[in-house]
Amino acid sequence: MQQFLTTALSGLTQGMIFAAFALALVLIWRSTRIVNFAQAPMAMITVYIALVIIDAGYSYWLGFAAALLSGLLLGAVVERVAVRPVEDKPHINAVILTLGLFIVIHALAAVIFGSRYRSFPAPFGLSGFKVGDMNIALTGFGVFSILAVLAVMLLLVLLFRFTNVGLMMRASAFNQEVARLLGVRVTRMLTQGWALAAMVGSLSGLLIAGGNLVHPSYMDSVVVFGFVAAVLGGLDSPIGAVVGGLILGVSLSFVSGYIGSEVVALAALVILMVVLLVRPGGLFSHAPARRV
Amino acid sequence: MLDIRDLTAAYGPVTALDGVSFTAPEGKITAVLGANGAGKTSLLRTISGLLRPTRGTAYLADQDLSRVPVERMSRLGLSHVPEGRGVITELTVDENLRLGGMGRADRAKPADLERIYTLFPKLADRRHKTAHVLSGGERQMLVIGRALLATPKVLLLDEPSLGLAPRIVAQIFDLLKSLVESDGLTIVLVEQNARSALSIADFGVVLNLGKLVVHDDAAVLAGDDTLRHAYLGF
Repeated sequence: MQQFLTTALSGLTQGMIFAAFALALVLIWRSTRIVNFAQAPMAMITVYIALVIIDAGYSYWLGFAAALLSGLLLGAVVERVAVRPVEDKPHINAVILTLGLFIVIHALAAVIFGSRYRSFPAPFGLSGFKVGDMNIALTGFGVFSILAVLAVMLLLVLLFRFTNVGLMMRASAFNQEVARLLGVRVTRMLTQGWALAAMVGSLSGLLIAGGNLVHPSYMDSVVVFGFVAAVLGGLDSPIGAVVGGLILGVSLSFVSGYIGSEVVALAALVILMVVLLVRPGGLFSHAPARRV
Repeated sequence: MLDIRDLTAAYGPVTALDGVSFTAPEGKITAVLGANGAGKTSLLRTISGLLRPTRGTAYLADQDLSRVPVERMSRLGLSHVPEGRGVITELTVDENLRLGGMGRADRAKPADLERIYTLFPKLADRRHKTAHVLSGGERQMLVIGRALLATPKVLLLDEPSLGLAPRIVAQIFDLLKSLVESDGLTIVLVEQNARSALSIADFGVVLNLGKLVVHDDAAVLAGDDTLRHAYLGF
């Protein structure tokens, strides 16, 4: 019982982090039809900014805010400077571009911050709760991770559903030409979309880093899981990304706890294959079936 | 109101529009007719800036439109309802309409939205459904309503009758006619369905291979047998 609970809870925490990363991928895919392979290093470099601030003796929260803010900025800059020129080119150009960014940002981080392992603090305790005589593996930081991702999701839903900017961003994502004819400044919406996505990516980077070691490729393993989570949910659906992340996090946690941690990556791919065989568009795709 | 002078545009090496000039007068409907590939859609796309003219320009009142970005057009009072309707099917009916109110110089008031719902009661019933569930005729009503929310002076309509039952076409054309009378709207109506278009239009323009062939009163065009047989197919 205790192992089951522990496995489920740590899976939930992990899943929330995957969900945040997947959400970042989905936000960009929806608006620009680009899979942002550079998402992980973009998040990583903003976490380094937080680390520099925290190591200089300022509070964790200042670093936290700085990472999110620099994520916002970095997303906007990357879209404006690097992505804009390839937006109306064949898709492969954008793929190569984000792969290139992946390598460049990596190298930059190693040059600027060094490639040794550095420990990143966590604002809350890293040991589990005790209820009666049962140890529950949910740590203070785990609770914070779950709440932080939930809060971001809630804010995104509020933004997209209930504000004019959110409506204009969605319109730009679905139909650029019609949006422009209606007076929406589509290019500005795309920049804002990238900025938001990069910020969500930075959040996932901060949550992975908390209480762990940070080095230039510490985010790389999350790319695979985040991407699987995004595809699981159907790349177009933010809710899908969240559900995909949770499913993946919990099931991988069970695989790791009951079978062995060495098959986790394999299990992720098996889950992906099974879902895509049953629902090729992902769990939450609402693409209409092709009529013959 | 809308003054088109020597407008010329091309898709790469292919000329789509070749020195077209005419004026769409204020408070009137001007029908743009012609066969497939005559340049009707290209004409509207060039006016609204989706396609940039290689020569010539369009004036809205006295404003030269040739350098105005597409996104600014609706604020100047030009609304373009593109071919294939342009409903954003992933958004709800209400969201589609609200979008229409964002591209205008002032702010849309709730009363403006309610006016559209009174005009199209069928849309009001489905306000919070995704536009995906609407029929062809309802979609056409939605895009017209959405364009009206931008409070245009000039409305460019690309084939509103496409794929609709004759009864629905008649309903929509009646509505356009009454809007012209009530709001003093200027309409440029591109149509394949020449007979219906000429029945509500004040003036008609016939395009062939990107060139303007005739520009005359709608009644004159409808009565000209040779022209009808040669270009309009009825």
